[in-house]
Amino acid sequence: MSTTAEKPAAPDSEPGAAGRTTAGKGHSGAGRRPGKAGKVRRLTRRDKFVLAIMVGLPTLIQLLLVWLPTLFSIALSFTRWNGLDLKDIKPAGTDNYRFVVQDYPPFWPAMQHNILWLVFLALIATPLGLLLAVLLDQKIRGSKIYQSIFFTPVMLSLALIGVIWQLFYNRDSGLLNYLLGTAGTPRAVDWFGDSNVNIWAAMVAATWRHAGYVMLLYLAGLKGVDPSLREAASIDGANAVQTFFRVVFPAMRPVNIVIVVITIIESLRAFDIVYIINRGTNGLELISALVIQNLVGEGQVIGVGSALAVILLVISLIPIVFYLIRTFGKESKA
Amino acid sequence: MAANLDPFQSAHNAGPGRRTILKTLGIGAAGLAGIPLLAACTGGSGPAPGASSNSLTFGSGSSDDVPKNAYKAVTDAFTKKTGVTVATNVVPHNDFQNKINSYLQGSPDDAFTWFAGYRMQYYAGKGLLAPVDDVWATIGSNFSDAMKKASTGPDGKMYLVPNYNYPWGFFYRKSFWAEKGYAVPKTFDELKTLATKMKSDGIIPIGFADKDGWPAMGTFDYINMRLNGYQFHIDLTAHKESWDQKKVSDVFDTWKALLPFQDPNALGQTWQDAAKALEAKKTGMYLLGSFVTQQFTDPAVLADIDFFPFPEIAVEGTDAVEAPIDGLLLSKKGGDNKAAHDFLAFMGSAEGQNAYAAVDTSNIATVKGADTSKFSPLNKKCADTIANAKYISQFLDRDALPAMANNVMIPALQSFIKDGTVDVKNLEAQAKTLYAAQ
Repeated sequence: MSTTAEKPAAPDSEPGAAGRTTAGKGHSGAGRRPGKAGKVRRLTRRDKFVLAIMVGLPTLIQLLLVWLPTLFSIALSFTRWNGLDLKDIKPAGTDNYRFVVQDYPPFWPAMQHNILWLVFLALIATPLGLLLAVLLDQKIRGSKIYQSIFFTPVMLSLALIGVIWQLFYNRDSGLLNYLLGTAGTPRAVDWFGDSNVNIWAAMVAATWRHAGYVMLLYLAGLKGVDPSLREAASIDGANAVQTFFRVVFPAMRPVNIVIVVITIIESLRAFDIVYIINRGTNGLELISALVIQNLVGEGQVIGVGSALAVILLVISLIPIVFYLIRTFGKESKA
Repeated sequence: MAANLDPFQSAHNAGPGRRTILKTLGIGAAGLAGIPLLAACTGGSGPAPGASSNSLTFGSGSSDDVPKNAYKAVTDAFTKKTGVTVATNVVPHNDFQNKINSYLQGSPDDAFTWFAGYRMQYYAGKGLLAPVDDVWATIGSNFSDAMKKASTGPDGKMYLVPNYNYPWGFFYRKSFWAEKGYAVPKTFDELKTLATKMKSDGIIPIGFADKDGWPAMGTFDYINMRLNGYQFHIDLTAHKESWDQKKVSDVFDTWKALLPFQDPNALGQTWQDAAKALEAKKTGMYLLGSFVTQQFTDPAVLADIDFFPFPEIAVEGTDAVEAPIDGLLLSKKGGDNKAAHDFLAFMGSAEGQNAYAAVDTSNIATVKGADTSKFSPLNKKCADTIANAKYISQFLDRDALPAMANNVMIPALQSFIKDGTVDVKNLEAQAKTLYAAQ
């Protein structure tokens, strides 16, 4: 950029001030300076250009990749379209939503499974991650190694996860049936095929990933807690449990909010594990899997798929709005 | 950037209007930067070589090694014979199928691989394909009536040139059946009697796998065609017939009698697992396409495999065979290219199909007079079954709207396998919405 605008400004002068003098040489600059509009005109054309790019480009990318697709999806959810010719788009009112709610059998099981997923993550996976973090935060030997082990699932690729859990859950040769002593017998549990148990099998696999993620966040949170708080608590005679639940845990409030939001969002976008098991059918229906089923590939029904996507969007907005209110509400109070 | 800005800065006369222009310019530049992103979204392939009469482009979804090499053998033979060069674009088959909509509307190749059935008829009806009646005028005598019927579009014109197909039937191990004294059942009642006997012998009578959702459609199709006839299958899958009628519930009721004999672990296994169970003599027979033999890598086992057609139930005996046909189509653009027509004619000749079958031996050439000297007895039987068939169906997911097959029938059949119930009213309600969206 040009020299004047980029020169580090003195603490008490705005970066724009230097530029203004240059611009002020113009015919009208001096006369307007004290006016009400002067504040706006402190920016030179060059600054405005730079600003336009710096603000405009991200906005444009956001617009192109986030807002337009979202708005198109919402618009398409009220139409029927075969995806071929734009002329073929026909208005359908709320037919697609009626179809999803009334006629599409996998929809309500998918809703239930998403809720079950949320409850399971919130009551089992997240506390497990917290427990791991607290344990690893003690000065035990090999803490780093354990951390790496528990975090590994978060980094593994989808295909690998599929293979790993297949080794556990396979009906005839899986480890689990072998340990239960039922492998190869008719009593062997079909962990992926039996629609009564496969959602639980999938949630255990999801926990395996989610707990590692939560553990990492809480480890960072625990490191950030001021040690003097613990000291004060122990001087006041609190035992370890009291110290943790009454002092340390509330002190991690920012992390807690992040974890709550992550847990909710993870349960809403839960997709990969059920998709590699059986593409989200036969007891593993999830809304995200239904969206993919209806929008991608040969089974494409754009109207219905968009309606499902909009439903998922609306549900997802609730925790996001909650999070934003908490975050910005706190900032404005500060 | 500073250098670029200087000229603007020296424009002292710049009023607010000029600033607005500058701002607009900035946003415009950013907008230009976004255009490649948009273009990338459409996923169209690059411009194809010009359609002159001594070259053509060929889009192939046959991306696995064997069929890929087989099509290469065909194009090489065609080039050698006519001097026409063929530029082949091979696309992974799932991508090819999933992107067919944008492919046909963008810049498709002249000729491309596709299937018979509703999926061909649909694009023909939308005017995205070029008819090849001129080709059929020369190759027509090479094909059976059933093949011709399967290659015809909704307007009565010819669109497809078949390459190969594979029949669906009950596969079993000859030695195992001889040892146990089982005989091939001719009727549905005989099938049930045989299955009862097998069950009492402690084996699972009918191998079955439906984790992937589609294999169960084979059972549905066959019972439907044996009960209600081939034409009903076609009308039902094209949604000219309602799903909410007694004929459809009868199919499920008939199937229900067979359910106790089918592998109870179907929902947890893939067809490959079920093929292994057949090989290991855990199951007595297995209803699948002849591609099941790909799983039998031991030549001794492969030689021990035989099959019989789905037994007759009520109408048409065993006239209808489920034998999905793969072949070639011309895109609208390819219709203007004489060389592309010649290429399809070559594919419809014994010479072209022999070149293919010499590399890919797991399928059955569709042309009369194809080289059968390398056929195994099983291949020969497959070929005879197809040749003698009065009607050839294409499998539910090719005869029906894909959304109907994948989004509606897969969950419906899986839940039927689970508890033996199905809600035909709901099937019809879903069919109505989905077919209306096309």
